[in-house]
Amino acid sequence: MAWHRIKALIIRHLYLYKRSFPRIMDIVFWPFLELLLWGFLSMYLRELNLPGANIVSVLLGAVIFWSMLNQAQRAVSVSFLEDVWEKNFLNLFVSPLTLSEFIVSRALIGIIQIIIVGTVSAIAAFILYQFNILLFGFALIPFVLELLVFGWTLGLFTIAIIFRWGTDAQIIAFSLLFLIQPFSAVFYPVSALPETVQWLAYMLPSSYIFEGMRQVISGGGFPGEALIWASAINLIYLVGVTVLLYFVFNKVKAMGRLLKMD
Amino acid sequence: MTAILEVNNLVKKFGNFVAVDGISFKMEEGTITGLLGPNGAGKTTTIQMILDIISPTSGEIKIFGKPMHRHRDEILSKMNFSSPYVHLPNTLKVWENLYTFARLYGVKDIKGKIGELSKQFDLEELLPKMTSQLSSGQLTRLNMAKAMLNEPKLLLLDEPTASLDPDIADRTRMIFKKLQKENGISILYTSHNMEEVEEICDRVIFIQRGKVKDEGTPDELIKKYGHKDLNDVFLTIAREKV
Repeated sequence: MAWHRIKALIIRHLYLYKRSFPRIMDIVFWPFLELLLWGFLSMYLRELNLPGANIVSVLLGAVIFWSMLNQAQRAVSVSFLEDVWEKNFLNLFVSPLTLSEFIVSRALIGIIQIIIVGTVSAIAAFILYQFNILLFGFALIPFVLELLVFGWTLGLFTIAIIFRWGTDAQIIAFSLLFLIQPFSAVFYPVSALPETVQWLAYMLPSSYIFEGMRQVISGGGFPGEALIWASAINLIYLVGVTVLLYFVFNKVKAMGRLLKMD
Repeated sequence: MTAILEVNNLVKKFGNFVAVDGISFKMEEGTITGLLGPNGAGKTTTIQMILDIISPTSGEIKIFGKPMHRHRDEILSKMNFSSPYVHLPNTLKVWENLYTFARLYGVKDIKGKIGELSKQFDLEELLPKMTSQLSSGQLTRLNMAKAMLNEPKLLLLDEPTASLDPDIADRTRMIFKKLQKENGISILYTSHNMEEVEEICDRVIFIQRGKVKDEGTPDELIKKYGHKDLNDVFLTIAREKV
């Protein structure tokens, strides 16, 4: 794996952010707007004095984490789509660039975007609602990393689908996360789901991540078990999706469809 | 002379359709070789297999004496490709595109190389412009500059003058001849402009229905078919009954 090739792809995408207002909006403005919406709602709920609740913290934490997952997934899949829309694949893959380097570059773009989204959201939550996510210290960091890995996995899955079915399937890049949101226990515990669909939630690392995050924020101690489950499921999915992506890539090369994705 | 590119019994099937049917040819180092044939003859599929964009069904491709499938990275770092039908990202400036691809190819002195190529391809004033603002001729020159960033030993050019006016097309051909003469670059060239092929190719390979129909120097083929130019040779081969 050659670092200079990975760096080249990262630079190529960073150039886009230098002068594209919609792209900057995507990683700064929309997460901020979401934070405003849920922040106001949680402030209202606090005024109602509902029992048992550190509602503001739990909801704002969920919103920040959700924005991070969203960015991690979209950084991978949308940066891939940028090259599809620009018909840049031939230029990229007639160079010595390998699929592994291509994947790693997308993952690193995800880290950059998640740092930006996390920072903007944390600062905004602190200024607007005096919610300091840093107070929860290192206990949240492993969950952020798990979110990042799950976001990559979903992004790579989207790439595999678009490789195989072309840009007809590009809507998945924007909607996949919303398909799993109801089962990810983002704003409510898994126990709030009907029993018949709870098994679905337990198959998603995101449900363990959000439940773990809630436990940390509400002062219930470090949820080691949730972290272990999230890591194990994440690992299985990441390995599975990576194998799928290589399989699809080779299949697409054999079918001569690498340059015919649109 | 040594063969820089060797294609042996190359076959590509898409389901029941045979796009390339056992093609074999050799390309000698330092030559400009034309890969010719009517639309759908199998030229693009062959070129894409040489570039490892499509996997062959069977057969072997050796470049610089090494099998492509085992030495992909090493081989691709010493070759490049340009086509007016393949654009660099429109959302980047001209110099950003060149900078990105220079990094991708691991060019050492990036600024020096971009300066040298922008002078050679008359791109100096275009460097700060958005790629989307360039005309077809300017885009072709940019593509050529990108293709020269890694100082390739083998260059694959797919109809490189297709979108150029006669003046720019002539100048572009001069550049190819110069690159061949001064840098010893080998060029595999596809074009439908037979006059151009006659002018710059040392050797041509005719492909028809996925098979090599004939090969030789332009003069040899014109003589062999008893025609006055390569255009008539092309027509004879393209209209041959199966």
